[in-house]
Amino acid sequence: MTTKPQVNINDEYEKLYGFHMPEHSVFKSEPGLDEDKVKQISGMKGEPKWMLDFRLRGYRYFMNKPMPTWANTALLNSIKFDSIFYYLKPTTGQSDNWNEVPEEIKQTFDRLGIPEAERKFLAGVSAQYESESVYHSMRDDLQKQGVIFLDMDTALKEQPEIVKRYFGTVIPPADNKFAALNTSVWSGGSFIYVPKGVKVAMPLQAYFRINAKNMGQFERTLIIADEGAEVTYIEGCTAPVYSSDSLHSAVVELIAMPHAHLRYVTIQNWSKNVYNLVTKRAVAQEGATVEWLDGNLGSKLTMKFPAVYMMGPGARGEVLSVAFANSGQHQDAGAKMIHAAPDTSSVITSKSISKGSGRTSYRGLVKVYPGSENAKSTVRCDALLLNEESRSDTYPTLEIDEKRVQIGHEATVSKIGDEQLFYAMSRGLTEQEAMSMIVNGFIEPFVKELPLEYSVELNRLVQLEMEGAVG
Amino acid sequence: MTNKSLLVVNDLHVSVEGKEILKGLTLTVNAGEVHALMGPNGSGKSTLSFCLMGHPKYHVTSGRILYKGKDIAELPPNKRAASGIFLAFQYPTAIPGVTIANFLRAALRGVRGGDVPVKEFRQLIKTHLKSLGISESFMSRYVNDGFSGGEKKRLEILQMAVLSPSLAVLDETDSGLDIDALKTVAAGINALRSPERGILLITHYQRLLNYITPDHVHVLVNGRVVRSGGPELAHELEAKGYEGFREPEPVTSAAV
Repeated sequence: MTTKPQVNINDEYEKLYGFHMPEHSVFKSEPGLDEDKVKQISGMKGEPKWMLDFRLRGYRYFMNKPMPTWANTALLNSIKFDSIFYYLKPTTGQSDNWNEVPEEIKQTFDRLGIPEAERKFLAGVSAQYESESVYHSMRDDLQKQGVIFLDMDTALKEQPEIVKRYFGTVIPPADNKFAALNTSVWSGGSFIYVPKGVKVAMPLQAYFRINAKNMGQFERTLIIADEGAEVTYIEGCTAPVYSSDSLHSAVVELIAMPHAHLRYVTIQNWSKNVYNLVTKRAVAQEGATVEWLDGNLGSKLTMKFPAVYMMGPGARGEVLSVAFANSGQHQDAGAKMIHAAPDTSSVITSKSISKGSGRTSYRGLVKVYPGSENAKSTVRCDALLLNEESRSDTYPTLEIDEKRVQIGHEATVSKIGDEQLFYAMSRGLTEQEAMSMIVNGFIEPFVKELPLEYSVELNRLVQLEMEGAVG
Repeated sequence: MTNKSLLVVNDLHVSVEGKEILKGLTLTVNAGEVHALMGPNGSGKSTLSFCLMGHPKYHVTSGRILYKGKDIAELPPNKRAASGIFLAFQYPTAIPGVTIANFLRAALRGVRGGDVPVKEFRQLIKTHLKSLGISESFMSRYVNDGFSGGEKKRLEILQMAVLSPSLAVLDETDSGLDIDALKTVAAGINALRSPERGILLITHYQRLLNYITPDHVHVLVNGRVVRSGGPELAHELEAKGYEGFREPEPVTSAAV
């Protein structure tokens, strides 16, 4: 009752996403990190002094902070920080016209379907290649409404006051070792400001591409939705398949002012030689809603725990995540919900799939501060194991310092049932098709929240990961 | 065995987790016939249905299953489905997150061995939904997820109608149905009766047979067919219960 896999997943990834172009750069730092390199990056970007100081603070924290000991230390300790290239500038400047983007870079994004997606259903696009944004555009009508969508470097130049006011306020440099690293060498990323009451109907998207070997990508994103504003931001990412490792360490800060609605969608599809160590955190003020939709399929090790700090009464936080770990991968993902005001509510839904020797972990925190009366939180983690050697762990933490609250936690671990498989196969599906269908059904609560184009893409990615699940 | 024989089960012995459940079952279903296989709990009725569909836990230790003249012992369930065998489950399994529409489309593709044009699929579904009195919104529900007993059975019948098998095996399709649901399901089964198709109804009770008159009735006790006859046998069972059909002594069984 076995079906031979038709495609090797790595071959298929290589063809679709894992290809690389010849490397050209206008500047590439030497591998490894020291204080001079931090100064060099800041100097080349022509940054104000406060930013350089900020970077240097980050650098010192990074050097002094030990590796986290609670995580997958075997993988973390195998990162070769000295062989990583911390800054690579691929072009002399950014363009708002795809035709002006250097040919090889344009070819890359064409193959990934970015210009096509922009034409079809996006309100704005940013494309980052290595350390810098190479393409950026936004629809005129949004510009007229005062929406600002820039890459972070440009924002620092053009919107210095608002950047200085909010940069690093949600995630301070000393937050954790990798946030500190990002602070010291950040480059690129998105800056978005949506003015009071403006509702951006179509999503804004950023696409992050690593091309060079041993590359470190450290984008920095800050999104501010002013009172009553609404915006959806989508990020995607891929990289070539190399035998040596790359490092991606982003910092993402979200600020939802009173009654704003901010939705942040990630489809992470790094190649399996990328460490993806990301800090993502949001502040939700009175009556505001922040939703993180987080899909993790790629990378060697992902550590990502999107957080919502509910600071005002009635604020809402939601994390809906899917993690797929294939052999050799560890998806260490989860969520943090911090209730710091009355009538706040949060929902965490985590769906994880482990295949082959793949490993998924759910790591979550729900914290309710005293005085957060009527706080409500629901946590649900479902893990699906596809093979005998697949692994899944759950590390939930609850810190509840208020009596009048409603907190629920539910966790399930299941294997694809023989009876489910038999039922689907008795209807004519091969074992492989039956498994893919069951897995796609399992993540449906996530997929149905995505814009149609992304749900199609995600189902296809899962299909690819499922190749060779049988046999 | 004539060339009409769809299914020939010959002296079939089947074990589940080391325990023998079927102990020499013999049965022939010809195209155009409806057979009822009746028996008490634990007699091996469901074992036969799972075994015909190729459930990996059910091992044929001896005997043969010939379908359209070929031994199907080595075929996985999907190949059996593609060759025209259908099993309506007694306890259909839920597949959360998968809509009935997607599931049926994949099933039809598997059974036909190629894609089915969207337009044709829609038309096909529409026709069958209508004849079974099922609303179109049913198609966007998840397969058996949170379904009542009646809904599950209706979905089984819908799948059977759409996949249009040569041999339909219905495992206790009448169990857990109220009278209205029973009538709908029976009407669905009757609609499938045709000279090319064989139907094997597996049931504990006679009541489904009030709506579907079988050509042949078999009584299964302790893993073997102990009596075969016409529709009147079902009425005899109803009157006497299974007590009167205890497993005969080996000597007597040779005379059956």
